[in-house]
Amino acid sequence: MIEALLEQQEPLVEVHDLHVQFGTQKVLRGINLTIPAGQTLALLGESGCGKTVLMKSIIGLVTPTKGQIIFDHENLSKLSEREINYLRLRFGFVFQNAALFDSMTVGQNVAFPLRQQGRFSNNQIVEMVLSRLSEVGLPDAVVHKKPAELSGGMRKRVGLARALIMNPEMIMYDEPTTGLDPIMSDVINELIIRTRRRNPVTSIVVTHDMNTARKVADRIVMLMPLPRIGPEDRQIIFDGTPQELNDCRDRRVQQFINGEAGERLMELRATGV
Amino acid sequence: MSSASPTQDQSHGPPVGILGGFVDQVSGWGELVLDSITAIGDFTLFVIRTLRWMLTRLPRSETVWPNFYEVGVKSLPVVALTGTFIGMVLAVQSYFQFRQLGLETRLGGVINMTLVRELGPVLAATMLAGRVGSAMAAELGTMRVTEQIDALSAMGANPIHYLVVPRFLACLFLIPTLTIMADFMGVAGGHFYSVYILEIDIHHYWHNSKLFVSQFDLFVGLFKSVFFGSAIAMVSCYQGFNCTAGAEGVGRASTSAFVHSFVLILIIDLFLGIMLDWVYFILYPEGVGLL
Repeated sequence: MIEALLEQQEPLVEVHDLHVQFGTQKVLRGINLTIPAGQTLALLGESGCGKTVLMKSIIGLVTPTKGQIIFDHENLSKLSEREINYLRLRFGFVFQNAALFDSMTVGQNVAFPLRQQGRFSNNQIVEMVLSRLSEVGLPDAVVHKKPAELSGGMRKRVGLARALIMNPEMIMYDEPTTGLDPIMSDVINELIIRTRRRNPVTSIVVTHDMNTARKVADRIVMLMPLPRIGPEDRQIIFDGTPQELNDCRDRRVQQFINGEAGERLMELRATGV
Repeated sequence: MSSASPTQDQSHGPPVGILGGFVDQVSGWGELVLDSITAIGDFTLFVIRTLRWMLTRLPRSETVWPNFYEVGVKSLPVVALTGTFIGMVLAVQSYFQFRQLGLETRLGGVINMTLVRELGPVLAATMLAGRVGSAMAAELGTMRVTEQIDALSAMGANPIHYLVVPRFLACLFLIPTLTIMADFMGVAGGHFYSVYILEIDIHHYWHNSKLFVSQFDLFVGLFKSVFFGSAIAMVSCYQGFNCTAGAEGVGRASTSAFVHSFVLILIIDLFLGIMLDWVYFILYPEGVGLL
């Protein structure tokens, strides 16, 4: 039902033939992806396969070597620096380690996007910050604390509150549950689901955590690191629903979802470890 | 099937022996030249972007004042202290040579001229590069490594406008005041040591200072300091923005910020010194304009 509705939606993000290379290191090759508005897409893959780079390319934090990113009919490569800055106000980004500003308090961190806009009064800002913090389960008392005084889970939730404060159309989560205990991971998963329930938001979740992917995603895309595939192979080795992922017969997909070392074990033996 | 025979490998591979070593060395030099050109181009683009943001949109006051405080107020004691000691050291080092020639009263001219024209601005800039430049590179480097700079971009704030422009403005506007402080304290230190310790006649000490030090010398020092401040801010912020991952990367960015700033200060000092001498002889073909 949801899938049928999503298929009717206009694509919000279109990635055409995306190549990204840092120096001599090729990270992404020929990526094509369309994300309809309202979809929650989980990007899976081994470490170093380019998941985060793909997500950062979509928001313009990484400049593609070749290819196009189209967000809501706007070609990112044709926009000026100022236009991209303006466009980014429509995004929320939850960083892997929260990326909170060390020099600011939690309240100042969450209020940062609002102050950037410059169209809210101090009272409105305080009200919105406290409301967002309570939505992610944090008490008012954390407002005056510095990020260094918080636990990993609290920092992630502050990062989430900061990303949500402008009611973005698209939210990107970079490994939202990495480094958290299973209970806190589930809290974060629930927050992702509730955020979507509350607003018709499009999301990309980069994760290694199969529980997160199965729980929050409508669609799963799996990438392979370029050094592990042939020159003619596609880098996206799976694109489908969580149910289709379970039924997928591809050996590489099965190894990933079952957490099997596979041929990596042979590499260890070959090097004598 | 895909493996080539050893003979084929040798015929198409790199030359071996003495020739191979030479080729490797030339290739290494070529790589170094290309890397240097790329780095200079990258740095130039960084400077242009900073100037463009600075001229088109003023930074918010909450980003400017903390940087002004850090660069101006907090650097003042160390600049004043080193200025005082340099003034006294100049008196110590010059006194015996000048006394042998019976010209010890000329010390005032030498010390004060050296301070306002050369040592005051260079000393203030060196202190700024060491105290503020390294800290800027380390802070921005840590922000780069922990994705805080990416977070700024992701929230629609341009990192150059938000982080670099306020630091650049602080260095640009406050280094002349630090230079004045270094000059003043150096002059005071030189006066103290020459007059009270070496017992040089105060009247002649200051009379010779007036003879040798002109307003143009003071202008030269302040004019150069503006370029030094700009160079320190740009080099330090650039090093921070291009910091590589990990604690080692942040440490390297901090060290490079100081070393590159210092080298640049000396290069700028030389070329501005030559240029300002030309200007001096165009403006005052007959000699010095006295205070």
